[in-house]
Amino acid sequence: MPWSNILTPAPIVLPLLVGAFLAGVGGYLPRRLLDGIALLTSAAVLVVSCMLVHASAHGTIVHWLGNWRPALLPQTGKFFPVGICLAIDPIGAGMSAMVGLLSMAAFAFSWLYFEQVRSLYHTLMLAFVAAMCGLCLTGDLFNLFVWFELMTAAAVGLCGYKSEESWPLLGALNFAVVNTVGAFLSLSGVALLYARTGSLNMAEVGRSLASHPPGSAFLLIVFLFVSAGFLVKMAVVPFQFWLADAHAVAPTPVCVLFSGVMVELGLYAVARVHWVVFAPSLGTAGEQAVRDVFLLMGTLGGVIGAVYCFSQRHLKRLLAFSTISHVGLMVMGFALLDPGALSGTAVYMVGHGMIKGSLFLGAGILLHRCGSVDEYDLRGQCGNLWLLGIILVIGAVGLAGMPPFATFYGQDLIHDAFARAHRESLSAVAVIAEALTAGAILRFSARVFLGWGERQEASSRGSPHVPMDSETAGQHDKTPFGMWLPAVLLLALASGVAVSGQFRQATDAASRHFQQSEKLAAVTLESMNDVPSPRTSPAPVQFHIETPVTLALALGIAALALFPRVLGERLNWVLGRGLIAAMRPLRRLQSGNVSDYVAWFAFGIAGYGGLLLWWHR
Amino acid sequence: MPGMNHLITYTGLGVAAWMFLVGLYGIVTSRHLVHLCLCLTVVQASTYVLLTVIGYRPGLPAPIFTDWVQAGSLAVDPVVQALMLTDVVVEATVVALLLAITVKIHKRTGSTDPAAINVMRG
Amino acid sequence: MNRPLREIFFFAGAIGFALLWTAVSVRLPGPADLRDRYSLAILARTFPERNITDTVSAVNFDYRGFDTVGEEFILFASVLGSMVLLRQAEEKNAKPLPDAITPGRDVGPSDAMRLWILAMVGVKIAFGIYIVDHGQLSPGGGFQGGVILASAALIIYLGHNFDTFKRIMTHPLVEIAEAAGAAGFVIVGMIAWFWHQPFLTNTLPMGKSNEMTSGGTIPIISASVGIEVAGGFVLLLFAFLQETLTVEEEH
Repeated sequence: MPWSNILTPAPIVLPLLVGAFLAGVGGYLPRRLLDGIALLTSAAVLVVSCMLVHASAHGTIVHWLGNWRPALLPQTGKFFPVGICLAIDPIGAGMSAMVGLLSMAAFAFSWLYFEQVRSLYHTLMLAFVAAMCGLCLTGDLFNLFVWFELMTAAAVGLCGYKSEESWPLLGALNFAVVNTVGAFLSLSGVALLYARTGSLNMAEVGRSLASHPPGSAFLLIVFLFVSAGFLVKMAVVPFQFWLADAHAVAPTPVCVLFSGVMVELGLYAVARVHWVVFAPSLGTAGEQAVRDVFLLMGTLGGVIGAVYCFSQRHLKRLLAFSTISHVGLMVMGFALLDPGALSGTAVYMVGHGMIKGSLFLGAGILLHRCGSVDEYDLRGQCGNLWLLGIILVIGAVGLAGMPPFATFYGQDLIHDAFARAHRESLSAVAVIAEALTAGAILRFSARVFLGWGERQEASSRGSPHVPMDSETAGQHDKTPFGMWLPAVLLLALASGVAVSGQFRQATDAASRHFQQSEKLAAVTLESMNDVPSPRTSPAPVQFHIETPVTLALALGIAALALFPRVLGERLNWVLGRGLIAAMRPLRRLQSGNVSDYVAWFAFGIAGYGGLLLWWHR
Repeated sequence: MPGMNHLITYTGLGVAAWMFLVGLYGIVTSRHLVHLCLCLTVVQASTYVLLTVIGYRPGLPAPIFTDWVQAGSLAVDPVVQALMLTDVVVEATVVALLLAITVKIHKRTGSTDPAAINVMRG
Repeated sequence: MNRPLREIFFFAGAIGFALLWTAVSVRLPGPADLRDRYSLAILARTFPERNITDTVSAVNFDYRGFDTVGEEFILFASVLGSMVLLRQAEEKNAKPLPDAITPGRDVGPSDAMRLWILAMVGVKIAFGIYIVDHGQLSPGGGFQGGVILASAALIIYLGHNFDTFKRIMTHPLVEIAEAAGAAGFVIVGMIAWFWHQPFLTNTLPMGKSNEMTSGGTIPIISASVGIEVAGGFVLLLFAFLQETLTVEEEH
């Protein structure tokens, strides 16, 4: 079918082509046309990705680029892939659809009013979109690295977009250096795999490792190396420092893509590499070690991200730390290595991406109308922006995992999986992390829109006051249509997408399919037809006590932060001093200095490698 | 000889690890942003050494078919060389971006010391 | 973190990393029947299938062409990113600094230098085009040749001064050439769609071996990449030189 040739690589090829076209002639085109073309391209990515989701639900799509199908080798009599393939499964295509959706929201936000530099903004965004889609859809290890580097290159240019000030440059510098170091360790890992197995195709490497096992020490360490770049991208502790710096200074539409989908793609890549390449050959001891180490990563990320989140006064930095925390929860979901948990993580990812995107759009509207996103500068100033306040509060409630948001259904499945694995303490970690992050946003909204709370507060003492330049032109006393519409629509989608059982059923079947690596190898290498995993009836949504407890805790923490005097003078004073003292070493760690971040990178890699080896004995 | 091959492979792997760590050390102790960018280049160059050593096959010529190397005969691994080409281009472009940032930081703040310019603490 | 503490963390990490690397290295290289499969497969098929003699270019532009699309766009995005980062707020207010000429002492490039540079520009451009076009026959290709072409622009700056360089290099054709080169690769890949083949299939006639027209789409892709790389590096050079050699009114 000729259409499959065109549509399968289209989410990658189309934005690249349109981006190059806009770079060449964009200087001569009117602004509306540029914005329109970019918006249409994102819409096309969304539509084609949804078609790919539907098509791959019937079986993984394997598309050999350049028509280089696996060739029969005379030496071994078996088929060997000489080209690059796209291996599209429903979860990957779903992530690609998220990329399309959030980039539509970003382009809608930047419609007409965003200060652009000729057409460079549009081209860089489209290249970024293409790279993210490439990461989701590829089936080749080196191709994964190439798209990862394109993501980093485009993102650095977009992050330092407002280069008239020095803060965006610092954020871009920290971003570029730490991510590049991680990416090159990933490349070393891919090279080591190539040295061992002679192939770069994920399915083929998986099969070769299973047929000539190199021992679990090799497998675990090379898995860590290959994942290193993606661990940095998804801001696992201790590689997470760059994220807050980058988010604080990047323009709003860029932040939407960063937190909404770029960070989560790191987790997708790790999951894919794990199940396709390493799972066939890792024994039970190895799997247990991976499980334990990733649970540690997730727990650290969840807690540390939440603590930092609550202590910020700059909304974008606050949301960035909240992303670190939520991705920590997603890593915990992945770490259980269980199909139910994986499907819960996928649903949670969708919900979190949409809600976080809408919250960042809200921050952008706040910046446009009030010229700042600082909690204390804006205290009580924005009472007239009641729609924005409602958006922020609803978003916070969604992040706390309340129904009907997709995050509720995702959390539900993940808590079920925790209970099945007898790790109920992790549920408590999730509750605390979500309560802190949701509470921080609620506290921010109350202070800015209602004027509640003190002038200065212990938990935010010492957090950086990063002044923001306006990123939009136009009248600052009106919010353009293109700014608030995507925020509202994203929230509506987040609350509606998982309510019907269809979505959850499909995700469940897709997750079970995701973990079956031998089937994928046969489909890829022997061109067999794939049989999708059967859909089961949806598991009934269980009521977990964690859900209302999280919301209650969030409201309680926010109220306590706003009105600490209710505790009494003495207790308030002690608690305040204690908080400031406790936060001081943490603030010093988040130093903004790239040398610190790289030292932590080395320490973290060695530490996790050592733990993997130690725990697999 | 198999012994020679192993010697080259292990030496190459050791050199790659050394370059990676030395480059990281340079970044960790750097006092000048241009020095930091070039230390990142050293980190990236460690992958070139790694790839070269992985592709090496003792006694075989380069994978270019000429009058004296028959088409289809054995040669050194061409795939690894293609990967290295991509790697070099990626490195050059990342360093270009970082140097652009460095130039601009110097223009805005008058300093190129990483420790002196970090303002987003906490 | 202060510096000694940072170094302690780093050294702990470095020692651990070295141990991990050693643990991995002792299990390399892999079993011989696995390790050589890819290279043997490529070496055996390049000449019969594509008629070209430089297997590295074949891998780069044909077998693993999709990687090269990504790589080309990494260069493209980085050049654009650098232009975004280095743009000057008010270009009208920028005054060029004198080209490091102290009146009464330095006299700028000599006439012999200027003449030599003029001659070398032609040689460099010819050499660059040669490298680009013969990428499928001998070591070379779009990336390498493109850089040589860009260096031809650089020596114009060295031999003359920034104003001459600016006059030549800010012609809008440079930006259009860069974008056209990037788009060209993708468009050549899309040609395959008309023959009902997947993206980037090499569907043009393969020509005779050892001629420039061998390899089907490979020389065309190589030329497109060469234009893009040359244009990209010229833009990059211009952006850097403009940033460092002009001074804004307020400083």
